[in-house]
Amino acid sequence: MLLGVLFSGGKDSVYACRRAMETDSVACLITMVSANPDSYMFHTPNIAWAGLIAEAVGVPQLNWPTAGEEEAELSDLSDAIAAAVAEYGVEGIVTGAIESVYQAARVQRICRELDLWCYNPLWQIDQLEYLRLLVSEGFEVIITGVFAYPLDESFVGARIDGPRIEKLEDLRDRYAINPSGEGGEIETFVLDGPIFKKRIQILKATKTYDNYRGRMAIEEARLVDK
Amino acid sequence: MILVVDLCRKAESLSKYEFVDPIARIVSRAGSEFEVVHFTEMTEDEILRADRIVLCGTALKDDLYLRRIDLFSWIGDLDKPVLGICAGMQVIAALFGGEVVPQPKIGLEAIDIVEETTLLGTPRRIEGYHLHNFGVTLPQGFDLVAGRPGEVEAIKHADRPVYGIIFHPEVRNRWIVERFDALPLNEIR
Repeated sequence: MLLGVLFSGGKDSVYACRRAMETDSVACLITMVSANPDSYMFHTPNIAWAGLIAEAVGVPQLNWPTAGEEEAELSDLSDAIAAAVAEYGVEGIVTGAIESVYQAARVQRICRELDLWCYNPLWQIDQLEYLRLLVSEGFEVIITGVFAYPLDESFVGARIDGPRIEKLEDLRDRYAINPSGEGGEIETFVLDGPIFKKRIQILKATKTYDNYRGRMAIEEARLVDK
Repeated sequence: MILVVDLCRKAESLSKYEFVDPIARIVSRAGSEFEVVHFTEMTEDEILRADRIVLCGTALKDDLYLRRIDLFSWIGDLDKPVLGICAGMQVIAALFGGEVVPQPKIGLEAIDIVEETTLLGTPRRIEGYHLHNFGVTLPQGFDLVAGRPGEVEAIKHADRPVYGIIFHPEVRNRWIVERFDALPLNEIR
């Protein structure tokens, strides 16, 4: 089946893409470019660099602008998916939703209206198990945003590896954070992985951090041979 | 052993991660032995070895299981606990003479438990995640456990440990699968 993956460049959409590639054929990556940094639906940090991942993976990307206003952005998403059907012949949509009923139900409704299959291959996955899976399968994921207490400055730009997962597990136990950031606690960007034909090298980035909110904005990056 | 039955349109599909693995994970976390099998590949031996059986849901657009109801005829005479989730409940209803009717519902909604059972407990209101294009009419010989006629949420066979629930317990109601797994066989009736 030809599929379109809702794609932000964060770990969830990249890993959902990997699973979709294992069972079906990914025809395009659909990236919603939101003008609203606090979008209810769409991951926004470093979204402009999602295209570089698409290039690294070797799948065409469909960029779609949205003002990112609650509910109105759903109509934009529907238009983007319809465009993916027209341009790439997709028969189904894949998301990286894990726990968010808000996101999952809305995409399900859009797919139903457009008579498309809807797949959520990370749905209800154990978040720590999932982080360990990413590492063991060779994904290089960095944290590009933190948005919750008690995530300190050391998390901004940090690679998700064994020790970092242990820290997240500890914070989950003590502060009930979602270790994979499903509650919006962290945002990520993927630099490499088994579906990457080339890896991404960040040449310049700026980190900011204040009151448990931090970001790593990528300013220059390129693809390099693996 | 709990037999977790995959009702997705093909074995090892992308939907399995979404509808089958979460159920298997709940059973696994509870420390119970389980096996996962696709509904087109079930063997008599697997059914015989199972202590209880869960029929999982599938994608909204998937209706192959309804066109292959013949593959579920083994449920008809089975005297073991069976829990049908969403598509699984539709299968149970169809096998026992109920009708599967268009009744799309997506998202979290209130569910009224109207009859006490060992599985769902006492009458009260809970919230559950729905993802289905079809609902069912109450089959003969079944009690309405949750919902109302015309919007059936959960059913139970009057004499046998056969349950159906149209919502997805893997989302925010894992306790239902845990209880189905943990209840002594003589109490699940």
